[in-house]
Amino acid sequence: MSLEAVFLGLIVLPLLGGCLAFLSRPLALPANLVVAVGQLICAFELARTVMAQGPLSYKVGGWDAPLGVNLYADGLTAMMLVMVAVVGGTIVLYTAGAMRSIKDDTYDQQLFWPINLLLLASLNALFLSGDIFNLYVTLELLTLSAVALIGLVGTVDALTAALRYLLVAISASLLYLLGVALLYSIYGTVDWHLLGDQIQVDQVKGDQASLLAIALIVSGLLLKTAVFPLHFWLPPAHSSAPTAASALLSALVLKASFYIILRLWFSVFPYAEFQNAGTLLTTLGVAAILWGSLQAINQTQLKAMVAYSTVAQVGYLFLVFSLASDAAVAWDAWSATVLFAVSHAVGKAAVFLAAGSLQYATGSKQIDSLAGIAREQPVTVLAFATAGVVLIGLPPSGAFVAKWLLLQSAIASGQWPLAAVILTGGVLAAIYVFRVLSLSLLRCEPRESCEPRETRPVPRLMQYATLGLAIVAITLGMMASPMMELLKVDAPFSANPFSADPVSVSTFREVAP
Amino acid sequence: MISWNQWLPLLVIASSLISGGVIFVLDEKRKLARTVLNLGGAVLKVILVGLMLWGVSRGELYEVHFPLTDGLEFALHASPFSLFFVTLSAGLWLLTTIYAIGYFEDSPHLDRFFGFFSFCVCATTGIALAANLFTFVVFYEILTLTTYPLVVHSGKESALRGGRIYLIYTIVGGAVVMLAAVWLQTIVGSFEFTERGVMADVSPEQYGQLRWIFALLIAGFGVKAAMVPLHGWLPNAMVAPAPVSALLHAVAVVKAGAFGIVRVVYDVYGLEFCRQISVTTPLAIAASITIVYGSMRAIYQDDLKRRLAFSTISQVSYIVLGTAVVGPMATTGGIVHLVHQGIMKITLFFAAGNLATTLGVSKVSEMDGVGRRMPWTMTAFSVAALGMIGMPPTAGFVTKWYLGHGALETGQDWVVGVLVISTVLNAMYFLPIIYVAWFKPPKGAWAKERSAGQLETRWSLLMPPVVTGLLTVLVGLFANMPLSPLDWAKFIVDLEYGQ
Repeated sequence: MSLEAVFLGLIVLPLLGGCLAFLSRPLALPANLVVAVGQLICAFELARTVMAQGPLSYKVGGWDAPLGVNLYADGLTAMMLVMVAVVGGTIVLYTAGAMRSIKDDTYDQQLFWPINLLLLASLNALFLSGDIFNLYVTLELLTLSAVALIGLVGTVDALTAALRYLLVAISASLLYLLGVALLYSIYGTVDWHLLGDQIQVDQVKGDQASLLAIALIVSGLLLKTAVFPLHFWLPPAHSSAPTAASALLSALVLKASFYIILRLWFSVFPYAEFQNAGTLLTTLGVAAILWGSLQAINQTQLKAMVAYSTVAQVGYLFLVFSLASDAAVAWDAWSATVLFAVSHAVGKAAVFLAAGSLQYATGSKQIDSLAGIAREQPVTVLAFATAGVVLIGLPPSGAFVAKWLLLQSAIASGQWPLAAVILTGGVLAAIYVFRVLSLSLLRCEPRESCEPRETRPVPRLMQYATLGLAIVAITLGMMASPMMELLKVDAPFSANPFSADPVSVSTFREVAP
Repeated sequence: MISWNQWLPLLVIASSLISGGVIFVLDEKRKLARTVLNLGGAVLKVILVGLMLWGVSRGELYEVHFPLTDGLEFALHASPFSLFFVTLSAGLWLLTTIYAIGYFEDSPHLDRFFGFFSFCVCATTGIALAANLFTFVVFYEILTLTTYPLVVHSGKESALRGGRIYLIYTIVGGAVVMLAAVWLQTIVGSFEFTERGVMADVSPEQYGQLRWIFALLIAGFGVKAAMVPLHGWLPNAMVAPAPVSALLHAVAVVKAGAFGIVRVVYDVYGLEFCRQISVTTPLAIAASITIVYGSMRAIYQDDLKRRLAFSTISQVSYIVLGTAVVGPMATTGGIVHLVHQGIMKITLFFAAGNLATTLGVSKVSEMDGVGRRMPWTMTAFSVAALGMIGMPPTAGFVTKWYLGHGALETGQDWVVGVLVISTVLNAMYFLPIIYVAWFKPPKGAWAKERSAGQLETRWSLLMPPVVTGLLTVLVGLFANMPLSPLDWAKFIVDLEYGQ
């Protein structure tokens, strides 16, 4: 397959599919299925090529910067794209199963399909963006589609959450855009490779405008990533959205803004001089792990619990900013963070899907109504348990390997409090996961002592799509080796086996600026 | 391509992984298919282990390595010590499977039960075959996860409570082990299990840290090995069905903890090094306290399974004690007790399960005259109980003989005192049971009697304890024959001491 087709397949295919799904209702589901398969093939093909040839760049239409749009893919990009394809594809299957059998007349379910494709297109485009302005554009598109998904149900709760999310996300985008504009005015480029080189050369230290720009960019992104204490918008938004949307938001959308922070911090900004800022970010992460976990334990509603779990898990991603200040462990910490992000994406999507199925089966949002549900919904409870293991960070999940590496970095660099937090977070996660599982296994003896309850059957496609994703999540740790090899391609800390210049895949004539 | 020698350890693990997975997918009503899968998986595993034993005796090397990241490797190997443990678990698992099929008969949720049952043994085999501490921890945690559904199988409030306590202990214990393992890795670099340890190049400045790590590892593994004061979960886990208790006490969980401690002392730190940083005496003291405390508590339990649980707490620490008394004889006693305790304790739990399912008897005070109603079961029970006390010619005698000799040999005479006290206490809680079972008349009708035709109970419940009861005597009688557990333990000890 030509690489151009791969690049275009990841962005243009979902966009076209989205338009089609919007225009023609009967074609909406087929369009989603075609895109799901297409982007899966494209993402794996891209990963394979990146692994073999090193980082790739593609000038859209053959136009060079500053006029053209430059797409770029290295190991990290490919990893993220595969993550989107696997999680997004499963969510499409799950939703297809849900809509075929479950009719909910309170809102227009079919609207999910075009918005979903728009969301996938903007995610793919975001990960492929080679400059910080395109990152802004794609981030904004992502926000808009996410808001639409949250508000889809149309209830007062959902609309309130959607509106709050919209306000937060738009202000965050504005902060980011302001930063980008400042950087452009100082360095005259938005391409993040060139920008990185310029900043290294010019020594940003002491340059107030650059520092301001970086601060604006980072704080905007922190708000979007919902790191403690900026997480206030997340639990209502993620728990009141339709299940498929919750899964997309928690698994993928948060990772997009985190990806930008990770990318800019270690590849563009002179992070070595920002040790204090790095420590601050990590402190926020630590607070997020502890606070999010405790809140999750306190929740009485299932999806709210899962949403707070996301707050906690996002905290783990921020440990890298302090850990990577020690060059000896930087690669371990950085690669572990990416592995954790991917692992959480797959695991959390499965947990949300399972939670949605359970909520549908019992017709209640409350955790208490799950008593004995394992009898009626064995497959879904098994999926919840399997993916729950990922949240706890036990083997053989990817989160386990990631936590091992994070712990190793923390101990090797002497950051013992972080080691303690990494382990405590796991124990707290075990409490909230097993609280649900324990309840679901309850058997009432005699039967009359339990309240009588009617449960609805959950469509098989929903059950098995969730279980499949959960199994992928739990076996991810055993696939760490190829993932690490992929990440090494143009990673900020590993010895790069490829030349610094990305291979250009454009078959068009280069146009001189 | 990976060769046969690499495939074999994987297949030993996969045999129960695959049968477990298929059982999950299978419709719960298909009892015959499930039984075939269960027994097929268990028999296949025994055959594969047999093949591996045969190969190792001919000098074959079974190893497989998968790098996960630059520093972490998933690695399995078949060392003599691995094989020792894997043979025990594969053999006893087959018996426990037969027993479980008879025990549950037609009760609900058997697909879930046998699925996790298989996964649990898969994890135990992984623990046995793990070639480094990372792989060990992976399977050790999986064991926690897969045993939880078995412990809470009945779904009653009491079972869920027991399961909750079990999880709190084991999850925190697992976290401690993980911390220690990672810390160790940052100091030593790799931690491949190697005879006589991997500490050759460590500088004396790091001894302090290594002592801390040792303490953490022992504490972490001590949770599963039920060492006092980390034993609280075990009596509470008695709410589990009898086959699960048998599995927890004899094959999987408690054994995994003890095996972990032995691995740490011999194959990570090395005995010589342990003595050098003087951590063996504290370990011996901790083990002795556990031995005496467990036995003392056992005396006061009226619930038969709880009494056996406290007995396990005491008996498993014999393994740790043998490890901590540095000397070839004591080490032999400790290692061989890994198998001896397994055979004896599983017999006791099978018998206790038979009493409960056939007669509804679960308390010692209800056991008057059970010997007349269930002679085979109680014969097996009595033999195993006498073995626990240490009567010749049973397996338990061999253990205590070697432990005592080993202690005297190295001048640690106080250990003999511990053994004597423990033996007296063992007699105090086992002999009354044997007495009332055989010499007192029944008090009246049994609580919940179920008839099973000509036999005293179903054959699938009767055969396993009779076999293991017989083994208890045989491994004691033929302790000095080639291929006996003792012979094998001696071979392992020769490797550890470099003779």
